[in-house]
Amino acid sequence: MKNTISERIADFLKAFPPFSNLFKKELESLSEEVTIIYKEKNSFVFTVDESAHHQFYVVHKGAIALWDKDEKTVLDICDEGDIFGLRPLMANENYRLTAKSEEETILYAIPIEKFRPYIKENRRVADFLVESFASNTRNPYDKTNRGQLLGDAFQSNSKNNTPLFDLQLVDFSKKIVSSTEQTSIKSIADKMTSHGIGAMLIEKEGLPIGIITDKDLRNKIATGDYSITAKAKSIMSSPVITYPTKLTITQAQMAMMKSNISHLVLTEDGTVHSKAVGILSKHDIMLSLGNNPAVLVKAIKRTNKAEEIKPLRNGVMNLLRGYLEQNIPLTLTSKIISELNDACIKRVVELSLERMDSGPPVKFAWLAMGSQGRSEQLLHTDQDNALLFEDVPDSKFDKTRDYFLKLARFITMGLNTIGYEYCPADMMGSNPKWCNSLSGFKKMTSKWITNPGPDEVLLSSIFFDYNRTYGDKELVSKLSHHIFDTVEQYPIFLTHLASGALMNPSPSGFFREFLVEQDGVHKDFFDLKQRALMPLVDAARVLILSKNIPDISNTWERYEKMAELEPSNRELFLACSYATKALLRFRTKQGLANNDSGRYINLEQLTKEEKMKLKRTFKTIKQIQEVLNVRFMVSRIR
Amino acid sequence: MASKKEDLPEFWKTYEASFEKKLPEGIAETVFVVLDTETTGFSLKNDRMLSIGALRLINGSIPAKDAFEVFLKQTTFDAKTVEIHGILKKGKVKRIEELEGLKILLKLLENNAVIVAHHVGFDVGMINQALVRHGMPKLLNKTLDTAVLFNRSLPRAKRKTDGHYSLDVLCEEFNIPKTDRHTALGDAYITAIAFLRIMDTLKPVSLEQLLKRDRFWEFWKSF
Repeated sequence: MKNTISERIADFLKAFPPFSNLFKKELESLSEEVTIIYKEKNSFVFTVDESAHHQFYVVHKGAIALWDKDEKTVLDICDEGDIFGLRPLMANENYRLTAKSEEETILYAIPIEKFRPYIKENRRVADFLVESFASNTRNPYDKTNRGQLLGDAFQSNSKNNTPLFDLQLVDFSKKIVSSTEQTSIKSIADKMTSHGIGAMLIEKEGLPIGIITDKDLRNKIATGDYSITAKAKSIMSSPVITYPTKLTITQAQMAMMKSNISHLVLTEDGTVHSKAVGILSKHDIMLSLGNNPAVLVKAIKRTNKAEEIKPLRNGVMNLLRGYLEQNIPLTLTSKIISELNDACIKRVVELSLERMDSGPPVKFAWLAMGSQGRSEQLLHTDQDNALLFEDVPDSKFDKTRDYFLKLARFITMGLNTIGYEYCPADMMGSNPKWCNSLSGFKKMTSKWITNPGPDEVLLSSIFFDYNRTYGDKELVSKLSHHIFDTVEQYPIFLTHLASGALMNPSPSGFFREFLVEQDGVHKDFFDLKQRALMPLVDAARVLILSKNIPDISNTWERYEKMAELEPSNRELFLACSYATKALLRFRTKQGLANNDSGRYINLEQLTKEEKMKLKRTFKTIKQIQEVLNVRFMVSRIR
Repeated sequence: MASKKEDLPEFWKTYEASFEKKLPEGIAETVFVVLDTETTGFSLKNDRMLSIGALRLINGSIPAKDAFEVFLKQTTFDAKTVEIHGILKKGKVKRIEELEGLKILLKLLENNAVIVAHHVGFDVGMINQALVRHGMPKLLNKTLDTAVLFNRSLPRAKRKTDGHYSLDVLCEEFNIPKTDRHTALGDAYITAIAFLRIMDTLKPVSLEQLLKRDRFWEFWKSF
């Protein structure tokens, strides 16, 4: 007789220790002894002081919470593949914890008598159990949990202390300004001033022999110890401390700290016996580290070409990486990063305006759409933007639009140069469709709102999250008011928008199974953007539109506003706000780690904590979708 | 075709005798047997069972040991269904006589177990036809139909009048993986999980109430 059920059990168990240490035949016969148990939400598996069952449990699907004696605190949550209720069986004692299902759960119950022989005979099974009892973790092989007590398992999660910038090589100035021993101090000071540098290298026969810094001028000249006519030789620090050019930022910082100096001289072979190729200052390190947004903003404003902004954007990415590693709140992180991104775009617009033959004929505004408009774009992605200009008489319309189209082309080219890919759907200000006058945009949005088909809903969902990055505020606000007024007159639009928001496929199936992509290049990957982030983003947009609140385009800020407006749903809205932030942080981290958009997640690479965190947001998504469904009577149009 | 009582096989007699045991009142004490048959077609008269899969479900627990799947030797064969079920007439799986299969099944159905199946009227009808062919009476067990119960669990406005839902619809509704779909035991397992989920919604207070909710299968019986 064939038994598909025990085969499936064996298939499942073989992926988890200690079962992974069993031979196929052993596992097959053990699986035949398993009882599959279904637990509805909030039902008990066992309670404190209950005498031990003759079986222990493995979670197949769902989650089981282990509560302390008073049922006040959750000590641990077991999910797929976790074992619980084994220790009392081994120690011959009653249960010390209460196990209760957090949600619908399927358990595999394994009779202890059938399992005991393997503990005795299989060294690795025994070791696993001893180790897991000793370390108090469910799975001692799971490094992130190693050595942690049950109660701590949640708060802290994988804190890896990889030095952030250890692999990043320093970027130093290669234009060396040098003088000789015989140069007078006055002319050295003049030269330093005219080049805007803080240190002068002194060379002899092409080799570095000394250095004079701002500090030397202050300590030795301004004090009157030496005259300004003295020779360089008299005040220079010698010999110079040299390093090779392949120096990481951390190494450079260490070197400066060690010798208490502010400049390092980099030479061809790293010794004073080869030619100097660069000087590295503390300021250079600051810039490389990018640990100062203010420095970056200043640097962005000083640029003269889009090409110069690009390396600064890399600085922004480093900054972002650092913030995420240090667990700086995402609200703050995204604010700073968005500011910096905005500063880059603003500069690109300014530089593009300079390239035009004349100033703009009328007032205009450059709008960021989509994720950038919502200030939720932390990684480089496509550009979605539009150009809105003031109404002009019909006779002048073509000429005016031509001017702005030309400007928009410069801008989109500039944005592309600094790292924003062109929008594949051509939703860009350089497309006549997205470069229009106020009345033009009004007409277009009215059409969407009054005749909402699937395309219109999609366009609205991208466009309605616009945010002004450059230009006239008044103009933008006029458009916003128009949109909100029109929506108010045609509330059925909200139903369509809500319906669109509910189109996104659900993130999890029955028992919290991640639903992965069924085919295509990303087969078996989890689409974090479409399945988890977009439902939240889309729902927030519908809700905020229905409340007639313009000017908030950011998703979590929208939810926070909703929480304020509807105290009865406060908890859910705040949960949505939190979930959005958590997911965005997650996506950004994934994106930085894999150097992509972070959209598709390889579930196998996630730690259990990461999976748990993700899954917790799914519940919120489900709830907000239900709210949408009911509130906007979506079934009416389906 | 009914034979005299003394001519009935031993296993039938044991099966019948076990029904002296009364049905329990509570759901938790009830033994459910969730089953599925794979057949050569949909005609109760002309088609035959290819395989039977069944499992025992008590108080939310399914012991893997009690689950079985048997493949039956065939006399008639319909090429069309082969594609769906993947059971070839002379395939490699070990096949047993129909009577042998019925014996194993009746053993599981002893003691007044309640049969649960998706469109139960069809499966029970197939089994009854086989029993009759071998000179036995029809099954004595009470039955529940997951298609009917599912219909019942929906809000009134969403219910279908014909109560016809494929097992695939239930898989999608409850997001049950379709890994072993179209094998008898695989479908029985899917039916069992769907049944548990439906019970979560219906929350019947007693077995009697649950059986009352399921009257629709009379319709199927009329086939």
